[in-house]
Amino acid sequence: MAKLNMVQALNLAMKQEMEKNDNVVILGEDVGVDGGVFRVTDKLFDQFGEKRVMDTPLAESGIVGVAIGMAVYGMRPVCEIQFSGFSYYIFHQLEAHAARLRHRSQGRYQVPLVVRTPYGGGVRALEHHSESREAYFAHTPGLKMVIPSGPRNARALLLSAIRDPDPVIFFEPKALYRAFREEVPDEEETMPLGVPQLAREGKDVTVVAYGAMMFPVMEAADELQEKHGVEIEVIDLLTISPLDDELIVASVKKTGRAVVVHEAPRSFGPGAEIMARLVEKAFYYLETPIKRVTGYDIVFPLAARETAYMPNTQKVVGAVLQTLES
Amino acid sequence: MPRKEIELPYRIEYLSILDADGNVDKELEPDMPDDLLLKLFKAMLAGRRFDERMLHLQRQGRIGTFPPIKGQEASQLGAVAALEAADWMVPAFRETLAEIWRGKPMENFLLYYAGYDEGSKVEDDRNDLPISVPVGSQMLHAVGIAMAMKYKAQPQVAMTFFGDGATSEGDFHEALNFAGVFQAPVVFVCQNNQWAISIPRAKQTHSKTLAQKAVAHDIPGIQVDGNDVLAVYSAAREAVERARKGDGPTLIECFTYRMSLHTTADDPKKYRSEEEVKEWEKRDPISRFAAYLKTKKLLTDEAVEKLEAEIAKEVQDVVDQAEQLMKEEVDPADMFHHIFAELPPTLVEQREEMLRDSSLGKKEVDHG
Repeated sequence: MAKLNMVQALNLAMKQEMEKNDNVVILGEDVGVDGGVFRVTDKLFDQFGEKRVMDTPLAESGIVGVAIGMAVYGMRPVCEIQFSGFSYYIFHQLEAHAARLRHRSQGRYQVPLVVRTPYGGGVRALEHHSESREAYFAHTPGLKMVIPSGPRNARALLLSAIRDPDPVIFFEPKALYRAFREEVPDEEETMPLGVPQLAREGKDVTVVAYGAMMFPVMEAADELQEKHGVEIEVIDLLTISPLDDELIVASVKKTGRAVVVHEAPRSFGPGAEIMARLVEKAFYYLETPIKRVTGYDIVFPLAARETAYMPNTQKVVGAVLQTLES
Repeated sequence: MPRKEIELPYRIEYLSILDADGNVDKELEPDMPDDLLLKLFKAMLAGRRFDERMLHLQRQGRIGTFPPIKGQEASQLGAVAALEAADWMVPAFRETLAEIWRGKPMENFLLYYAGYDEGSKVEDDRNDLPISVPVGSQMLHAVGIAMAMKYKAQPQVAMTFFGDGATSEGDFHEALNFAGVFQAPVVFVCQNNQWAISIPRAKQTHSKTLAQKAVAHDIPGIQVDGNDVLAVYSAAREAVERARKGDGPTLIECFTYRMSLHTTADDPKKYRSEEEVKEWEKRDPISRFAAYLKTKKLLTDEAVEKLEAEIAKEVQDVVDQAEQLMKEEVDPADMFHHIFAELPPTLVEQREEMLRDSSLGKKEVDHG
């Protein structure tokens, strides 16, 4: 057991799985000698060498395209795309091939690759370095989309993603990379993909969130309890797609109220899907309209206006209280 | 049915006119007016000092992350100096000095890198695109602009910049191919600064040069000493003339060096040696150009000193002006500007919600 931040926890997942399985290799820009621009692959090059930790040419589509070939051949490539803002070059390879080869070969082939990429705002970054566009990927049949929210689940989910027989895009909340540490067990630990987690029990309002948004949501939970006597039940999605709604539906049947929080733009975002599931499966239990706290449908602003853009504790508290008003 | 060598229309040349000590090859020396030479020198020096100041401001937390240009002054300026004002320039993200030469106010760089979207505004009288951060994606736009120029029979050319890393992206090859097929009046200027963050040029491509990538598309390609402003200018002028005459595109590889950081978030000590940087310092583009101008009796030590003082004042004024603008209240509602030509009702609603929520937040802080 060691106290690790998310960068170290992700590193541990790859290191241990690479020690165990020769088929696991890492590909990406600056992942080798440099250890990744966020140092997530730090020292893996020293331990495993250039044959298994490959500094590739600067070509995102190329990285994922060759990873598909490797995966089809039986390897377990873990690709790093430096920022999710540069992942659109890989979208074609994921959508047209990674997510379809199982089906197109009618079960003969599988594509067990992982694409790791940092996403999200709140770090005063340059253009294309702050977006949350998980919806693009979550909308792709055959592709799994995972977003951890802390060091311990990041390590466990990444390990599961590497072992998963299907392609997984793994969004890492860069705002949480070094935000806090958690006890992470030395021995291997996995978490099932496709299963949301109850992060806090409550009876009044269900709040669904994931990734970096878990931070303001958990703060809001404390504040709501202390200042308003409101107990929210918090669900951490962990896997965005395929979305398992069992826990969410059961929770809303109990509370009758729901708020969905994500930093991605609102329209057609993951929140819309969660609301749709609740309308389909818990409509008669809803006491008030479901609220969304999200990013806006605009180009992510640079640092000077970033704070006003991002969902925060106050916005979550406000939305929860609104669901209790009517 | 023989097996024989296929003759290709172009071979790859290397061009150097001014060596590291400022000695000039008289036969290759371009015919340039004195005032242009001096204007280039001042711009190079100002670019270096502005870059140094930006690094300082960044280290003090007064601006955010930015990509320094140190070492690439000649390969940027030599290229854009061959353009006319009506031509178009399509930069990547490290062409700060090329953009300044084209007319972008220096204070806008400070605003932009301090997080104010206003800083990326393209002035109405400048035909350039704003910076493009996703590597390699902008070259196709330059080709499209050039195709439109040709379509509309305008006597203009487009020039686009990119780095050594960008030549690995598929879009780069698509851009060269389209430019070749449509014989577009475009000049591709590769800033081969030897490093794509931590990846050295030799690991970026198995090719001996980047210029030779032109051969595959049967367009002229040339490698020039990118720290020699005369060589860059000569190659760029030739390419611009070729494009303007209707003879199609050219690929210029400027062989230069990123003497500073990839961005201020980068630590080059992780991947390259101090000795390598020191070697390149000896090949500095500014000192050799100064030596050349002094030999030509166009420049004296006193004139350089005077110039330094002028530049220092100019840079200070720019910093003061930008910081004054930053002190003025930022209206968060401005983030809804320039999303669409007309703001749709759903965004009007979101803007109102945002203003309501951020004023709630403020109140909370005040009472907190």
